[in-house]
Amino acid sequence: MSQIFHHSTNTFTRITLFGAVFILGFLGWVMFTLNGSDYVTRATQAREQPVPFSHAHHVGGLGVDCRYCHTTVETSGFANIPPTKTCMNCHSQIWNTSPTLEPVRASFRTNQSIPWTRVNDLPDFVYFNHSIHVNKGVGCEVCHGRVDKMPLMYQYNTLQMEWCLNCHRNPEKYVRPREFVTTMGYQPAGDQEEIGRKLVAEYKIQDARTLTSCSTCHR
Amino acid sequence: MADEPQVIDQPASKEIIAPGYTFGTVTDQIAAVVLTKKTPPLFWLGSFAVGFGLLLLFLLAVAILMVKGLGIWGLRSPAMWAWDITNFVWWVGIGHAGTLISAILLLLNQQWRNSINRFAEAMTLFAVACAGMFPVLHLGRPWLMYWLFPYPNTMAIEPNFRSPLVWDVFAVSTYATVSLLFWYVGLMPDLATLRDRTTDRFAKFFYGILSMGWRGSAKHWAVYETASLLLAGLATPLVLSVHTVVSFDFTIGIVPGWHSTFFPPYFVAGAIYSGFAMVLALAIPLRSAYNLKGLITDKHLDNAAKVMMATGLIVGYSYILEAFTGWYSGNVYEEAAIWNRMTGMYKYHYWTLVACNVIAPNALWFKKIRSSPVILFIWSIIVLIGMWLERFVIIVASLSQDNLPSSWGRFESTRWDWATYLGTIGLFLFLFFLFIRLLPMISIFEVRTLLPQAKVKEEQPR
Repeated sequence: MSQIFHHSTNTFTRITLFGAVFILGFLGWVMFTLNGSDYVTRATQAREQPVPFSHAHHVGGLGVDCRYCHTTVETSGFANIPPTKTCMNCHSQIWNTSPTLEPVRASFRTNQSIPWTRVNDLPDFVYFNHSIHVNKGVGCEVCHGRVDKMPLMYQYNTLQMEWCLNCHRNPEKYVRPREFVTTMGYQPAGDQEEIGRKLVAEYKIQDARTLTSCSTCHR
Repeated sequence: MADEPQVIDQPASKEIIAPGYTFGTVTDQIAAVVLTKKTPPLFWLGSFAVGFGLLLLFLLAVAILMVKGLGIWGLRSPAMWAWDITNFVWWVGIGHAGTLISAILLLLNQQWRNSINRFAEAMTLFAVACAGMFPVLHLGRPWLMYWLFPYPNTMAIEPNFRSPLVWDVFAVSTYATVSLLFWYVGLMPDLATLRDRTTDRFAKFFYGILSMGWRGSAKHWAVYETASLLLAGLATPLVLSVHTVVSFDFTIGIVPGWHSTFFPPYFVAGAIYSGFAMVLALAIPLRSAYNLKGLITDKHLDNAAKVMMATGLIVGYSYILEAFTGWYSGNVYEEAAIWNRMTGMYKYHYWTLVACNVIAPNALWFKKIRSSPVILFIWSIIVLIGMWLERFVIIVASLSQDNLPSSWGRFESTRWDWATYLGTIGLFLFLFFLFIRLLPMISIFEVRTLLPQAKVKEEQPR
């Protein structure tokens, strides 16, 4: 009787069987890496905006405080986009004929908001309150990155749950004194963990068990 | 040299294989079912058609479930577990007989298992496949079922290991894996037989791949024996542990009627009880349709019926114990739960299950009934219905009337409950009859060891 399979089938089978473990493991690793990558999360990708507003120029160059425009970040659950009027405070006087700023002036004339593209957008099944984070000493740059170095705005972090929990599990690694919340390039005056632990106590930040309870964020 | 092996004319145990078989005829008869080029018998065609039809119904039911959500089932507060979990427990339980036959009876050296272990193990696999459907579909978003496993993820969370539902995931997936391995390892020598016997090129290739180069050398057999014993050792605790963990789904909850310490043994006994009923319900028509009465003899049916009766009596004892516990606890909620079961909204279900699981098995004391295949077949169907009702009553009756009377409500099944349930029966029949057609339903080489020719005298030392 002739052989059904060539002799090489033995080697092929062995490689397939033992290799399967590694191939599956590798595929798992690829999936995991891809899932947290900028390609999927769209982090570090600058978004197209109707007006090419530069945080690098306004914050880094001119030193405008975050709260000059984003007025509600300390008091509201939602961090606001400034109204066109805020832009016109300055731009009615300077660069008031620049063609780049025409959409801003058009918005001011017609009373229609500028259709900004939202950059940091959490999923709708997450309850997120902006003010509590600012008031408990989470600096702007911790989540938003060095905004003073971004010519066009991009999302700095993954915004994945893993990233949220990093801080909710160990807030002392990230908190800073309230007066430095809007500081860009903040350096702790001493050991961060030590200062962090003090601030956690002082600001009455809840324990990790409460902070990581499902219903803290998924209400 | 020693004498030629002495050939004994009579089988060692006449009852488990009919006289007159030889190594050749055993192989011929079992392999012919698979290798025949003729149209399969009407029994096969009919059963396969029914299975395939119901499988299509299942696909429809699942598609509608995906589109519309769990509301198409009768799930309404307070009974958020109903047919789905009932069916899950029922199917997992049925699987247990296959593992008991293949593993525990192997370790106990019960030779009669050799003729029924193959299809019983196949039954286990397919029953577990059907069972697995329900908890996954019941998730609501079944496409996220991989969240049940602890895997590295961007959410930085793991399943809650304090939940018995997670234990279930591990219990059932371990069970499915070990059962599959055990079944496949046991199939290998027979697959090689089919490979060598078939004349079809494609079949040769197909069985050739699956038999993994089995040549039947002494070394192969030595490895096979070790592997099969090891797997039997692995599978044996699973017979007890899987349904124990399933019962934890209920006992860990503080619902009156669920929160009981005797659920694990009670569930395991019930599982084997219903499993042997399914073995009988499959074996009796199969051996008639394929003329296998010489291999699956009346003795096999008798033994299976005895196991069914023994476990049925344990189940009956558990019902008595359940009622006793309710009364003895002195707890009004426990008492009320038992009383509601017996006299409440589901009293007809309850008393039917008592008839099926407490009264019916006692008929099996009589040899006349155990030796009549037709009656045994009817009895096994009664048992299967009884065990389904048992799970239904435990789950739904307890949930419908729990501690908070203001939220009491009656569960009403919908046509989609029926469609999904009948659909998994279709899936089971579809897989099972494919198996009958494509793989040897009885273990050829193990049945050959039952023949008198297989008994050789030890070589005398010179």
